[in-house]
Amino acid sequence: MAEMAAEGKQPDILFWVGCAGSFDERAQRITRDICKILNHVGISFAVLGTEESCTGDPAKRAGNEFLFQMQALTNIEVLNAYEIKKIVTGCPHCFNTLKNEYPGLGGNYEVIHHSQLIQQLIDEGKLKAEGGESFKGKRITYHDPCYLGRGNNVYEAPRKALEVLDADLVEMKRCRSNGLCCGAGGGQMFKEPEKGKKDINVERMADILQSKATVVAAACPFCMTMLRDGVKLENKEEEIQVLDIAEITVRANGL
Amino acid sequence: MIAQIIFIIILAAAIYLFSKNAGKIRRNILLGKDLDLSDNPGLRWKTMGLVAIGQSKMVKRPLAAVMHIFIYVGFVIINLEVMEIMIDGVFGSHRIFSKLLGSLYGLLIGGFEILAVLVLVACVTFLARRNIAHLKRFSGVEMTKWPRSDANYILIIEIFLMTAFLTMNAADHKLQLLNYGHYIKAGSFPVSQFIGRLLPDNASSLEIIERCCWWFHIIGILAFLNYLPYSKHFHILMAFPNTYYSNLHPKGQFTNMASVTNEVKAMIDPSFVPQTTGEPGRFGAKDVTDLTWKNLLDAYTCTECGRCTSVCPANQTGKLLSPRKIMMDTRDRITEVGNNIDKHGKDHEDGKSLLDDYISREELWACTTCNACTDACPVNINPLEIITEMRRYVVMEESQAPASLNNMFGNVENNGAPWKYSAADRLNWAGEE
Repeated sequence: MAEMAAEGKQPDILFWVGCAGSFDERAQRITRDICKILNHVGISFAVLGTEESCTGDPAKRAGNEFLFQMQALTNIEVLNAYEIKKIVTGCPHCFNTLKNEYPGLGGNYEVIHHSQLIQQLIDEGKLKAEGGESFKGKRITYHDPCYLGRGNNVYEAPRKALEVLDADLVEMKRCRSNGLCCGAGGGQMFKEPEKGKKDINVERMADILQSKATVVAAACPFCMTMLRDGVKLENKEEEIQVLDIAEITVRANGL
Repeated sequence: MIAQIIFIIILAAAIYLFSKNAGKIRRNILLGKDLDLSDNPGLRWKTMGLVAIGQSKMVKRPLAAVMHIFIYVGFVIINLEVMEIMIDGVFGSHRIFSKLLGSLYGLLIGGFEILAVLVLVACVTFLARRNIAHLKRFSGVEMTKWPRSDANYILIIEIFLMTAFLTMNAADHKLQLLNYGHYIKAGSFPVSQFIGRLLPDNASSLEIIERCCWWFHIIGILAFLNYLPYSKHFHILMAFPNTYYSNLHPKGQFTNMASVTNEVKAMIDPSFVPQTTGEPGRFGAKDVTDLTWKNLLDAYTCTECGRCTSVCPANQTGKLLSPRKIMMDTRDRITEVGNNIDKHGKDHEDGKSLLDDYISREELWACTTCNACTDACPVNINPLEIITEMRRYVVMEESQAPASLNNMFGNVENNGAPWKYSAADRLNWAGEE
């Protein structure tokens, strides 16, 4: 972003990569795929790079409002300095925080999640499912991230991205507003779970196995980690792939 | 005449007692922190219309939804009959509406009778679900003896009330057929005419039965009214204001604490002068009085149906957390605080608090903030906000977050990411393939 600004250019959209997308090896691949999609359709975009910092989401959910607002006010200063109008995020947690909690602190932007961007591009005919890997007939299920689904009522966009694949789409027993959390939200990603009968992602695995899907579509880097851990624990790595909506789109289009 | 006087005394006492207890609950709710929810009345009325009047969130569980509709519609409509009973009781008349409404009256009474049967069916089904089928939703650590008994009492009282109503009509109908006294013909009584066959044929016995059932029915209803403030059944009244004051924001949006904004702004820019210097107060909630009045209204609205707990990922995987318990604990504690005020005056400290004495830290830290509980609640109660407020207290006032979360906070503060990576490496993903 700094480079573009130095050249006096303004991007169409700012891609907010997020911490997982920046540092987590698995999520980095999703980040690169989102860039591929943006490049493919010719949207001019920028990233903040080293100027980006945690939105403060995990701190806020864990009760550290001070730290959240420190992060938020610092980020808002950066975003406002670059006169950012529109943001796409690769993570439902960043999406929720930027979209809902930043306006009250002086950060007003149009914020979309990457699944919504993909839906828009499909609706506009700019993105199809051609020229790449065929998902035809593959049994795919979609896991609703809490902060996209219940948190912000985004249920259709990610499903739309899957509908163009001509695949065998199945819903899990608990889906949409009944969807079961992966277990990572509310700061749980960064701590051991409390004592219980089992971990939440193991409980979710039962739904995945019951759906008999061979591909689990995710739309959140934290769900991605939890679901992959679940698949590993069940020794189903050969049979079940966990892929982000962006990765599936990139593969289907051979980008 | 004596009957009328007795009736008026009982009615006045019942109304007085109810207003007194409801007033106490109102006072308790207003012990919560101030919160302005006067915005957007149009959407608020609509939400109340859909969720409370229209029962839109009940449909997720169809059997319970249908049974609940029977009791709900029965309750609302049979209240028309109660109005008539009140007027008859005060003025010493008998079935006063029958003269006013003519043939429509018979139709109405017929409708009431059918509804009464549906209410009976639903109450018996609900009792069976709780006590014979032992539905998992109605168990759990918080479902101790009193909440279980409370639920059964409500259902049993409703069964008694409906039975009295139908028996009263049966006796009345039989007296009508005998052209006895003031018992004028008032419709066909589609249900109670069958019950009438079980009753004696003697007019004076029938009159005794009719009067006993009439008194039992109306005194029962007034007693039930006064049971409400002590019971989870209070939801029949609270559901309406509670849904009116629903959270209208996306569920993912948590409140930004204005008190924190002032401090953070002052830290970033020392020349910043906060606009309002509100009371210092504490950050987050340690006790019920640190919560908002809406949180407390939520607590009094909860009818302990357990939909929240049954969808909670933490609870389903055997953790201690149960959103229903959060609500019940909040209500029990605010009731205790209220009772202390009544007994010992306004500034009494009993040394107890919602945190630790009612809700443990283990419960608070098990929450994934997934919003399944708030989505499941048929009356838009928000247990998550209470959990978050208590986490805020534990973190910001006590610095007692779990060690791993403190590590995460440290990383965010120092590296701008929840993990121990250098901010300088943030763009490294672009170089790899």
